[in-house]
Amino acid sequence: MSPNPSAAPVCKVRLRYAKRGKLRFTSHRDVARAFERAFRRAGLPMAYSQGYSPHPLVSWVGAAPTGVASEAEYAEIALVRRVDPRVVCAELDAALPDGLAVLEGVLAGPGGLAERIEASAWRIEVRGVGGEQLRQAAHTLLATSTLLVERVTKDGRRSLDARAAIVSLEVDDCATAAPAPDPLGRCGILTAVVRQVSPAVRPDDVLSALGAVAGLPSSVLVKAIRTAQGRLDDDGGLVDPLDADRVFARTAMTLDEVAQSDDRSAQHGVAGHTGRPLRTTELPELDRISVAGLGGG
Amino acid sequence: MAVTSVFEQLEPLLPRVSKPVQYVGGELNATVKDWDTTAVRWALMYPDAYEVGLPNQGIMILYEVLNEQPDVLAERTYAVWPDLEALMRVHGVPQFTVDAHRPVGAFDLLGVSFATELGYTNLLTALDLAGIPLLASARTDGHPIVIAGGHAAFNPEPIADFIDAAVLGDGEQVVLEITGVVRDWKARGCPGGRPELLDRLAQLDGVYLPGHYDVSYLPDGRIAEVVRNTERAPLRVAKRTTMDLDEWPYPKRPLVPIAESVHERMSVEIFRGCTRGCRFCQAGMITRPVRERSARGIGEMVESGLAASGFSEVGLLSLSSADHSEIRELTKGLADRYEGSGIGLSLPSTRVDAFNIDLANEISRNGRRSGLTFAPEGGSERIRRVINKMVSEEDLIRTVSTAFGAGWRQVKLYFMCGLPTETDDDVLQIAQLAHRVIRAGRQASGSNEIRCTISIGAFVPKPHTPFQWVAQEHPDVVDQRLKLLRAKINSDRKIGRNVGMRYHDGKPSLIEGLLSRGDRRVGRVIERVWREGGRFDGWGEHFRYDRWVAACAAELEPQGVSLEWFTTRERGREEILPWDHLDSGLDADWLWDDWQDALAGREQDDCRWTPCFDCGVCPSLGTDIQIGPVDIGPIHVGPR
Repeated sequence: MSPNPSAAPVCKVRLRYAKRGKLRFTSHRDVARAFERAFRRAGLPMAYSQGYSPHPLVSWVGAAPTGVASEAEYAEIALVRRVDPRVVCAELDAALPDGLAVLEGVLAGPGGLAERIEASAWRIEVRGVGGEQLRQAAHTLLATSTLLVERVTKDGRRSLDARAAIVSLEVDDCATAAPAPDPLGRCGILTAVVRQVSPAVRPDDVLSALGAVAGLPSSVLVKAIRTAQGRLDDDGGLVDPLDADRVFARTAMTLDEVAQSDDRSAQHGVAGHTGRPLRTTELPELDRISVAGLGGG
Repeated sequence: MAVTSVFEQLEPLLPRVSKPVQYVGGELNATVKDWDTTAVRWALMYPDAYEVGLPNQGIMILYEVLNEQPDVLAERTYAVWPDLEALMRVHGVPQFTVDAHRPVGAFDLLGVSFATELGYTNLLTALDLAGIPLLASARTDGHPIVIAGGHAAFNPEPIADFIDAAVLGDGEQVVLEITGVVRDWKARGCPGGRPELLDRLAQLDGVYLPGHYDVSYLPDGRIAEVVRNTERAPLRVAKRTTMDLDEWPYPKRPLVPIAESVHERMSVEIFRGCTRGCRFCQAGMITRPVRERSARGIGEMVESGLAASGFSEVGLLSLSSADHSEIRELTKGLADRYEGSGIGLSLPSTRVDAFNIDLANEISRNGRRSGLTFAPEGGSERIRRVINKMVSEEDLIRTVSTAFGAGWRQVKLYFMCGLPTETDDDVLQIAQLAHRVIRAGRQASGSNEIRCTISIGAFVPKPHTPFQWVAQEHPDVVDQRLKLLRAKINSDRKIGRNVGMRYHDGKPSLIEGLLSRGDRRVGRVIERVWREGGRFDGWGEHFRYDRWVAACAAELEPQGVSLEWFTTRERGREEILPWDHLDSGLDADWLWDDWQDALAGREQDDCRWTPCFDCGVCPSLGTDIQIGPVDIGPIHVGPR
């Protein structure tokens, strides 16, 4: 199963994962628990914390709120053996329940992951409001400098400035109003780029702000998806936080490391822990070298 | 008729309720099958919140057994919390399954597993939300057959009006037989409609149809007689017993919730039944005889279940796990196998002796020695003889001393209050026991930083036990005794500060007592409480004692009986009990004699290790207790 808890981490892998469909109703604790079980099922050589109840070493970066889907969640895991990040990605993805998907794994380069994340892009479906009405509301909101909204939390009501965090708002009409919940089929799609501030400004806060400035009918947040996270570039776009690691990995993977892993590929697959063979056939783009990992412990 | 998912309607409601993840399904190892290509469709319900219901072994076993049949579909449904229930009513969303969000009303069968009677109001919510008439007599061909199972089904009389059938005993074989009857009836074009299907189900062993029996009452309120109203019903319905657990290694692929649940571990049932003979214990009485799973079978289930689930803890489940005849080899084998792997083992039900400490040391050899739990159940030697819990005070002190000496730092002791013949003194002796535990623990551990927690529940007399005739103690008496006990524990501050006391007030127990030993007249109380808002009665924040008391006054007193009549009244040997026509295998004379032995403080041995004392179960099943090992040899706990 999992390795000797006392073993020290030798590498870190950064993951981009998605929370989709029905599983968007998971809380961050639910997601973390599902990942911990998937680490064990996948037989990954996870590094564990010290102490009486060791748990796998994972750093989570700003999880999307309960009820909101995401195509761009990030986490960093520590391993006690070097394993090809693409294998980590594939194995973990296979072990997770449907609705949680690992989209990419890269070897962590220098620099922290959290500091590469400054803002999120959200795609919010606003039902019961037409595209034009929503566009007007967005204009009005962007023209204000501050806008306080209230949110009910466990500790009572708190008020926060939703406007200050908003970088940009764009509105599209619903491409297909397929199962129209509104009798008139009205539905607007809002794309919001929002800075990650504290307290967090979430998609429902953006909706509340729009409602407050434009007197929109109170709309329950039905569907929102985080489409990207990253640092803001000069044009207000988002820089993929794994870019720097990809560049680093390409330059760091020297020829002799590749040759080394080739020798050990048979003995050092992650499969040894579960007795389940690696699904190498499901990774047609990978050659023998990459399956076993870059080094081997 | 096409059956479609109600998720589209449910989805907009989910952001407005607490913990929406409990309603979305998608658990690892859940099964979603095609509706149209299956012949028989079961909805399986645990009538409590998802977090309690999901880990339930009974539902998990039946779900897998049924779904293994190619032409059978089984999905799960749980009680929805009042916040979602209110929204479902406003928006017309029916009771749904979590697997494919299909409406429960569209299934052929609705099987409901009752571990406790306090789930009865939740059954009514589910029926109502599903659009199924509450009264079985009002259902027609288009409605599911509603079947109750679980321990509470050994006296289903209080819910007799609301269910079509009850299944007594182990479910894994009889659900397949019920499926066969429904499959055949549907294939033939549903001849005779619903009444004929019910008649056919009544032919199966272990299936009880309340509607096939009429109950009449004497002027004093007691039952005059219970008579069948059709020749097709048996005189008595006998329970089902699965004899060879190794043939039923379920669950093979445990459900892994995404939401948090009450048990964050997988469980392997290492044996069924118990022969300890604790007189208060309904589970021990109705699940006889003992049937052990082999060590090899257990080892295989642990290995495959862990691989399929990713859990990090395995519970070795039974009514008294240390009693498995191969437990020593089993725990050592498993501890060896998973040494250094981060996989933890637990033995949830344990007894009070030194052997137990050896086991506890073994399974905790890689982890922390935090707390051990024992259940002396009674505070005095005298009361322990009455309940047949054969633990002497010296045994207990010796055991906890060994535990503290081996590095354990906390001991939890379970007791009951309100036991038959109990006096204040029996309960106050719990304090003396706790103080002795602390003194012995300090000596054995050389530390003052040890803890003893005593956890106390009110005793509820249950059907099919030697205490089925007793008068339940009134909650006022129970609460008063517990108050005295708390004062006594704290009378010695130096020791009292190391003793924690946890208890619930006695009122929910009195209602549980009503629902446990009630008859068909209690059904109207349940319905009234439900109509007035009663939900989730097993939860302190939802249970309302005054509502139950008022409903009893309104519904029982016109019938000449009362809450007290059903609970705090002692029954005589000649009285017909509401469950007398339901056969748990126990001989009524033996139960009565055991009750008389209790009054005389006479103990009964454990027939696992000593000769048979004729409780009646084995001959009625044509069997014997089944304990291993079949062949003495090196222990195998499955392939590595």
